Amino acid sequence: MSGEPLLKVSGVETYYGNIRALAGVDIDVKKGEIVSLIGANGAGKSTLMMTICGSPQARHGSVEFDGRDITRVPTHEIARLRIAQSPEGRRIFPRMTVYENLQMGAGLDNLKYFQEDVEKIFALFPRLRERQSQRGGTLSGGEQQMLSIGRALMARPKLLLLDEPSLGLAPLIVKQIFEAIKILNEKEGLTVFLVEQNAFAALKLSHRAYVMVNGRVTMSGSGKELLANPEVRAAYLEGGRH
Amino acid sequence: MANSPVTTSEDSSGLMAKAIKEGLFAGLLAFGMFLLYVGIETYQNIDNKLVWRTRWGLLAIFVIASALGRFLVVGFIKPHIDRRKLAKAKAGIPEISSEKGFFHTHFLKIALVALVLYPPLAIMLSGVQGSLKFVDNFGIQILIYVMLAWGLNVVVGLAGLLDLGYVAFYAVGAYSYALLSDQFGLSFWILLPLAGILAAFWGIILGFPVLRLRGDYLAIVTLAFGEIIRLVLMNWTEVTGGTAGISGIAKASVFGIYSFDVGAPNNFAKAFGLPMSSAYYKIFLFYVILGLCMLTAYVTMKLRRMPIGRAWEALREDEIACRSLGIDTVKTKLTAFAIGAMFGGFAGSFFAARQGFVSPESFVFLESAVILAVVVLGGMGSLTGIAVAAIVMVGGTELLREMEFLKHVFGDDFTPELYRMLIFGLAMVVVMLFKPRGFVGSREPTAFLKERKAVSGSFTKEGHG
Ligand SMILES: Nc1ncnc2c1ncn2[C@@H]1O[C@H](COP(=O)(O)OP(=O)(O)OP(=O)(O)O)[C@@H](O)[C@H]1O
Ligand SMILES: [Mg+2]
Repeated sequence: MSGEPLLKVSGVETYYGNIRALAGVDIDVKKGEIVSLIGANGAGKSTLMMTICGSPQARHGSVEFDGRDITRVPTHEIARLRIAQSPEGRRIFPRMTVYENLQMGAGLDNLKYFQEDVEKIFALFPRLRERQSQRGGTLSGGEQQMLSIGRALMARPKLLLLDEPSLGLAPLIVKQIFEAIKILNEKEGLTVFLVEQNAFAALKLSHRAYVMVNGRVTMSGSGKELLANPEVRAAYLEGGRH
Repeated sequence: MANSPVTTSEDSSGLMAKAIKEGLFAGLLAFGMFLLYVGIETYQNIDNKLVWRTRWGLLAIFVIASALGRFLVVGFIKPHIDRRKLAKAKAGIPEISSEKGFFHTHFLKIALVALVLYPPLAIMLSGVQGSLKFVDNFGIQILIYVMLAWGLNVVVGLAGLLDLGYVAFYAVGAYSYALLSDQFGLSFWILLPLAGILAAFWGIILGFPVLRLRGDYLAIVTLAFGEIIRLVLMNWTEVTGGTAGISGIAKASVFGIYSFDVGAPNNFAKAFGLPMSSAYYKIFLFYVILGLCMLTAYVTMKLRRMPIGRAWEALREDEIACRSLGIDTVKTKLTAFAIGAMFGGFAGSFFAARQGFVSPESFVFLESAVILAVVVLGGMGSLTGIAVAAIVMVGGTELLREMEFLKHVFGDDFTPELYRMLIFGLAMVVVMLFKPRGFVGSREPTAFLKERKAVSGSFTKEGHG
């Protein structure tokens, strides 16, 4: 868990036109860690996720992955470095079946490990096995979320980026998904960087966490520290505990 | 519909009243719509002056047809359909049965056999000379559109890139053959692949500037591209012959063994001791275009199962997701344009060899629109659906030429061909009303797990377009 950071974001500024969405963000994620990012709506969390993937690219600062500067690398090549993302809004392929969606995730290896990996995903989310020949667009919201995470995992990622995996899900399903993330992290050593509104669950799950306000990181620490922090409690936890 | 399935007499009289009311209303609407278009005709008299006369009889036919049609639909057809649906729902039969009949599973083989047997059958039924009409006007004409629509399907149906200038590649193929065979005397079989490659090249040229465009913007630019190509062909008179076009284009030969030129020593008819007829050439061309269609279908089906084909379909669904899965969207789009254009190029060079004459007039925007309409009507992405749409739309409009009897109804100066586009449009509206996703609207998945489980994709229809 110690040693070189797998992902290192330094001084990143991202703009949408003239609007600055990220105002100098520093974040690092080490191998084997679960790191979460919490913050209010519009703080820039999703923007950071997308900036790591290179769309939009950072105007200033740098993003390093595995010791390599990827700030100006095109998105599809970043994906080939095994950074997989379950983006905001899930973005599964609606007219393709569940099975085909998972195939799309395994495209990087040209389906070489597909059979083996798809069984793992089905073991993780049995729901997807039942629904495998259903079209993605007709899945329930929670099933779509599972598919989005499953598709990202099919790429055999070194770093998994999850943008609000619990969005719109029943508490039971949220628990299931967080459980799954934990298992993947402990058993396979998967490194995870996630954005969450559900701060309580996220902080409990994570090794470390960052708090973002208006495009800046204002606080960071271990999950436990932040859970105990009165400011964090007041802003993100009180009344928000499910 | 509020009508109960058990129609009481009170119900049915209410229904009749409603049908009559709606029928009268439809008639009124038709009267308003057609009063100026159909009721009044303008023409030039001997002094070259524009004068007008009325056509009340024709107008009456239009109005009565509309009123009667609406009356029948409301009063009889719709209740009948509703009753059937209700009965089905009661019996618990799912609308789409998962077991396919023999015809369904072997559809492609049956269709292919039927097509191969088509020319001999036509000769048997109407003699060598009489078969010309069936083989050329119906067979070849429809198959050209099938091929063009399948080619455009790669771009529009699979990759989801709305291309309104597809006819440009058809033109590139046609002029490539016309010019190169004229200048260098190369044979059809050498120029066919060459025309495809040239068209693919132009596909990439078009692809580059529109890489970042989608939807409406892409449509506009491709439309402009199609027009540019046509205008260049029209105005570059030294090379293309301008509006006059190029005539006397060499015919295709049976791989150089037999020729279809009348004077040639290895003339096909002479070699087999047959009476001279242009029908042999058309029959030969029929098999050539059939082969080209098969090639298009084969390549499309193969590609759909390959990474590039899957990338096309993913691109249609969500471009951002594609990129974050490691798909190079630039390459994906360019290959879609190139391969779609290549098929257009093949069809174009075939067209030139068939007509023996090309001019910019054959490559107007309307052609693009018709090809696109066939793709949309067929259900974007479905080869079978598109083929059916081509048969219905192109075959249907060809059929109009045969409808001499209409002259007895509408008067002697009635030319059914002139109503081609009207009927084409009407048919489109009707199909889209009843089958909003085209003839074959549901996408056939390309992969399954070995054992298929209880939940089948065919039972779940999407609500959105
Ligand atoms: N494509 C865009 N064009 C212009 N502004 C944008 C765009 N995307 C995001 N923004 C703006 O950038 C800011 C940060 O947005 P972002 O989506 O990163 O917020 P977030 O922290 O993910 O919020 P949420 O919790 O609601 O998902 C917001 O003010 C938003 O309006
Ligand atoms: Mg967000």
